[in-house]
Amino acid sequence: MSAEQTEWPLWEVFVRSKAGLDHKHCGSLHAADAKMAIQMSRDVYTRRQEGVSVWVVRSDQIVASDPADKAAYFDPAEDKVYRHPTFYELPKSLDHM
Amino acid sequence: MQGSIALQRTADVQYVLRIGDTALVLAQRLAEWCGHAPVLEEDIALANMALDLVGQARALLTRAGQLEGLCGGQALDEDQLAFLRDERDYLNATLAELPRGDFAFTTLRNLFAATWFKLLWERLCESTDADLAATAGKAVKEARYHQQHAADWVVRLADGTEESRARTEAALDALWRYTPELFDDDAVDAAAQMSGLGPRRSALREAWRADVAAVFTEAGLLLPKDAAFRSTGMRGVHSEHMGFVLAEMQHLQRSFPGGVW
Repeated sequence: MSAEQTEWPLWEVFVRSKAGLDHKHCGSLHAADAKMAIQMSRDVYTRRQEGVSVWVVRSDQIVASDPADKAAYFDPAEDKVYRHPTFYELPKSLDHM
Repeated sequence: MQGSIALQRTADVQYVLRIGDTALVLAQRLAEWCGHAPVLEEDIALANMALDLVGQARALLTRAGQLEGLCGGQALDEDQLAFLRDERDYLNATLAELPRGDFAFTTLRNLFAATWFKLLWERLCESTDADLAATAGKAVKEARYHQQHAADWVVRLADGTEESRARTEAALDALWRYTPELFDDDAVDAAAQMSGLGPRRSALREAWRADVAAVFTEAGLLLPKDAAFRSTGMRGVHSEHMGFVLAEMQHLQRSFPGGVW
């Protein structure tokens, strides 16, 4: 954090839409501290009944993969169909798998 | 111009209007921040709170209009009550009508008002008026959030920079004298307590002071001494600012009678 910082830090907001579902990333906002970030999330992202729970994480605390590594990281999975469990016969009684 | 409506001013109607008008006028003042708050996130938060207050005012004005009919007067709807009364028939606390000031002023006023609303709604959940009790059940959740949001800001500003501290102290100096009105009883309160409609205003005083004192301790602020001055908005006698609030609030309905969207 630089000494001449004039903006509040950025936070990523995750909202759980209902009990049992996972928290999904829904956007970001600026807030001075964690408590304010939670309150602002409530006001900015859940005012239309979108959620029952909110997580916030400082954006600078998230470690992300480098877009430049995209080819090396993700392309090799393209032709490896055997990694999908699609070669098994499923019993008819199983509707969803 | 559409003519103003007149009220009979029975105790029950006055009791409900005092709460409803305070919510309505404070909502109008908070809405003035829309597009002007210090940061986008707080802009949305203030607008949300203003809309919560409008919702509470709608329920209360609707109920007051019904009570007016039940007391032998003409039943009135929320819009008639919101837009077609003359200044002296608005019974909001003067605190609510003061110009929005700077952000410290707005924040501190929100703390004072939200703490009052929170305590009042908690009591009104027990009202013998089922309609009022139902409104209170919903509104108390909103008021608790408003109070928490305002309290956090007051602590941040008072314990922030020299500038924010000075502005908070100036706001306290300007606002404190308008708070005793929130707790001064009269015949309307006595009647409400007797019938079970709601608590006397004085019944909220100690709890309000304790809540505000807790925030002030964290913020490093001292509760000022009470002065002899008493504002009188809840009796319909307002500050010089009220006329301007109403002019803006009523303009559309007076120019286009019955207009809706």
